[in-house]
Amino acid sequence: MPYLFATDEQRRQMLDVIGVSSLEELLAQVPQELQLERPLDLPPAMAEFELEHELQAIAKQNKSRTCFMGGGAYDHFIPAVVDEIAGRGEFYTAYTPYQPEASQGSLQAFFEYQTLICQLTGMDVSNASLYEGGTAVSEAVFMAMRVNGREKKVVLSAGVNPEYRQTVETYLCELGCQVVTAPVANGTTDLGQLEAAIDDQTACVVVQSPNFFGCIEDVSAVSGMAKAAGALSVMSFDPISLGVLKRPGDHGVDIAVAEGQGLGTPLQYGGPYLGILACRQQYVRKMPGRLIAQTKDRDGKTCYVLGLQTREQHIRRDKATSNICTNQGLLALRATIYLSVLGPAGLKEVATHCCQRAHDLAAKLCQIPGVSLMYSAPFFKEFVLKVDNVNAFVAKAHAAGFDVGPDLHADSGILVAVTEKRTQAEIDAFVAAVS
Amino acid sequence: MDPKTLRFSKTHEWVHLNGDIATVGVSDFAVKELTDIVHLEFPEVGTSVSAGQPFGEIESVKSVNDLYSPVAGVIEAVNSDLEDNLALMSDDPYGAGWVVRIKVSDASAYESLLDHAAYEQMCQSGH
Amino acid sequence: MENTLSTRSLFEMSAPGRRGTQFPLPADGPALSDLLPAEVLAESAPGLPELTEPDVVRHFVNLSKRNMSVDSHFYPLGSCTMKYNPKRHERWAKFSGIGDLHPHIRPQDSQGMLRMLYESQKMLGEIAGLPAVSLQPAAGAQGEFTALLVAAAYFRDKGETRKKVVFPASAHGTNPASAALAGFECVQLDASQNGFVDVEQLAKHVDTDTAVFMITNPNTLGLFEKDIHRISQMLHDVGALVYIDGANMNAVLGITRPGDFGGDMMHYNVHKTFTGPHGAGGPGAGPIAVRDFLADYLPGPIVTKADGEDGNPVYDLATPSKSIGRVRSFFGNVGILLRGYFYLRTLGAHGLRRVSEDAILNANYLKERLRDVLPVPNGERCMHEFVASAKQLKDERGVTAMDIAKRLLDYGFHAPTVYFPLVVAEALMMEPTETESLETLDAFVEAIQAIAKEDPEFLKEAPHTTPVRRPDEVAAARKPVLCWDACLDG
Repeated sequence: MPYLFATDEQRRQMLDVIGVSSLEELLAQVPQELQLERPLDLPPAMAEFELEHELQAIAKQNKSRTCFMGGGAYDHFIPAVVDEIAGRGEFYTAYTPYQPEASQGSLQAFFEYQTLICQLTGMDVSNASLYEGGTAVSEAVFMAMRVNGREKKVVLSAGVNPEYRQTVETYLCELGCQVVTAPVANGTTDLGQLEAAIDDQTACVVVQSPNFFGCIEDVSAVSGMAKAAGALSVMSFDPISLGVLKRPGDHGVDIAVAEGQGLGTPLQYGGPYLGILACRQQYVRKMPGRLIAQTKDRDGKTCYVLGLQTREQHIRRDKATSNICTNQGLLALRATIYLSVLGPAGLKEVATHCCQRAHDLAAKLCQIPGVSLMYSAPFFKEFVLKVDNVNAFVAKAHAAGFDVGPDLHADSGILVAVTEKRTQAEIDAFVAAVS
Repeated sequence: MDPKTLRFSKTHEWVHLNGDIATVGVSDFAVKELTDIVHLEFPEVGTSVSAGQPFGEIESVKSVNDLYSPVAGVIEAVNSDLEDNLALMSDDPYGAGWVVRIKVSDASAYESLLDHAAYEQMCQSGH
Repeated sequence: MENTLSTRSLFEMSAPGRRGTQFPLPADGPALSDLLPAEVLAESAPGLPELTEPDVVRHFVNLSKRNMSVDSHFYPLGSCTMKYNPKRHERWAKFSGIGDLHPHIRPQDSQGMLRMLYESQKMLGEIAGLPAVSLQPAAGAQGEFTALLVAAAYFRDKGETRKKVVFPASAHGTNPASAALAGFECVQLDASQNGFVDVEQLAKHVDTDTAVFMITNPNTLGLFEKDIHRISQMLHDVGALVYIDGANMNAVLGITRPGDFGGDMMHYNVHKTFTGPHGAGGPGAGPIAVRDFLADYLPGPIVTKADGEDGNPVYDLATPSKSIGRVRSFFGNVGILLRGYFYLRTLGAHGLRRVSEDAILNANYLKERLRDVLPVPNGERCMHEFVASAKQLKDERGVTAMDIAKRLLDYGFHAPTVYFPLVVAEALMMEPTETESLETLDAFVEAIQAIAKEDPEFLKEAPHTTPVRRPDEVAAARKPVLCWDACLDG
């Protein structure tokens, strides 16, 4: 049996020490009438080499093509060093650093993660990660409600990823809090309508930039509107874009959140990903999730511990800042390695590649009759294409080995995203395929 | 202040009443029980409080407890010296370690608070 | 042997102009200022450290050596199920067509993935005895929250308003935190004398205003709640639901099922029971299983299966008719769910039952051998874990649970969970798991026996051999430093 140790002889020996005659006697703690009297109905056990063979066949049933897909998850390049280090058992088979003396490796890495996120975003303080982008937005909304005590209303831009908005609505559905969505006009938030939706009961205003349609928002204007009404501003950002775009801190937002998948995490059909949350110093005690703090040990050495634990569920229980218990440690580690090995110049290069190639592709596609950009607003690495027939467009792309989308069901639009991984040859072949 | 002149709540807050101003702090016993206090969450000045209701929080590394108002009124001041020096709460719990001042609107609860002797007895009996 | 030069902060190691991975730009590419308006562009690149790839490797390799882990050490951290994480899972999760699949890919192009996820739903439903499964929750705590939203939607649909969620004093903190988040009032039972739920006390809190009773079974003391069936009956009699916190599922696989002992809803911790790597705190995966009458309220999408025209199955994604909505973006923590799938396919029904049997055997053996030094106040036998008490050692010699925990690190063992649950004085919660040998358990017992005889003053100073010793948590909490200070100034 894989992963089990006890030999029959040892089992006998252990039962003797315990003082029972059989395993059944030990299992008698479970009342007889509640015990399952049949084997579980599961597929038969398989040896490693057999299952690997089957999984190879199953993997082939998935048709993964050259990726021009976006909508919140992106095919960015992952340097080998990320897998190599994050794959070390000392990192991935450790757990929550409850014993700091036995966990300095992970604790320091998470502290460095927090610092890197602060540097990246221009915010004062970052937590050690949340589940993913959608719950990060939801946690930011809760956090804002705790900060200003306004529990009846939040305002979201329709440019926020629809799956994030749906998550927020689910999170708030039992709390009697109204979720108001301000519409998008020509690809970006209609600022007039947004301002009209904000009042003195509004806990926060959430905007995403680049938004779901790829367009860059006037975040500074949004944070100003929020501030004027005593509400907090929450910005959902793309961490890769911060290689070239203004940082959340530059826009004066109170809370910055993101899906951090682009920072060294593979696509793997939607998760696990990395929820990023950073904020201004004054809100630190209202933050959800784990925080790592630097301190000194008894010999005066610099070291790291879990910090501000009284915010968390294991101490504050029903009054905790969140119910979150795990973080996404392994993904935060991946982001830490990724940002370390790219550095400022590498991140700027990646972002520049994305931006240049996306614009190159957009320009070429727009020369095709019946194809145009849906919106004229500035975009970073992703844009909405307006085509006559979305299904026909997708079919042509698929036939040539390209994935594109997701499509926007309402109005014959389809998202196209371009990362640094897409070569000039791939871009040209894609254009040829859909022409 | 001499603790013998103060009144105490069962939740370990002490009160000194001077006219309609109540000074509230945390008893020496409770401060010691909490060991190292790491944070106080103060109410905002001007907040209304009622007797027996929480007005703030006191935290050690791995615990958090509500602070309960012994009287009804409005928060008139908070001890901002504590923000930089929480050790005042253990060094001088009945003096420089005070937490809030309340302008009392209803002192009726004051009379039912414990005197020092009764409070000491409660602490010794293990509550 | 420690390389402290390389475990300096990344920011101290940085030197201007050093480069790691590079992405050279084409010489003839357009300037960004030609593509985007000036006001959206940052004035400078973010202030990240500048390092070479060898710098980065040496830094993190040396950091990794400052961790204890399941790969390197016995890690009996109670309630966390620190079992071996099979290496084969890591390879399979990265297969082309699995690890690189975009979440927006259409169902017709992801039949292999959907098949594995569908089969995961079925297997988790069977193991739970609760047929309807959502794989979406990202972790156990989110599973709790999701199930409570499902319960709220169910009661609303029935025209009932129920406000209370009840749980025992020994419940994980996530239970009340999730209940509060889902808009319920929390009612906590007082600690009982014998470690089991006090049925009489519970009865006083159970009425038509009770929505859900949350219970971990086996409970956090490692005891199987012997009255669970009666308790469930009591809740069902008033129309309430029973939630099983699945944190301790490693004790009951194939032996008994939450659905069979009265549970209506439960979550799994795939990263515990089914070997997802713990990753120093995550990621987890917290799928939930519920009774048929709650299936319509589950979050979507879930995977469905139908017969295709050619007789082969066709998998698709669907959202249940009265779904509470999404609790996150995309499908779920698929990478972790698949590791659980690989595990179940490797073990099969017989192997899975052996997992729990050996986990119970190891725990009882350890408990029995430690009896003289660290007695267990509650329960003659235990399931997969137990909570010992150092109270005797503390009373006699002044040695606390924390002292023992810290000293164990010197002996090369990770510490048990200390001071949880609160209902046991000087608690040491130990969960050896099934993937540890008799030799390891014996060595651990000998270490504890030796520690019990050591000078208490020496123990107060422990650990003695770790890279750092007893960090000042008070200073860290009073003036939290959460960011490398040189960066704060810049």
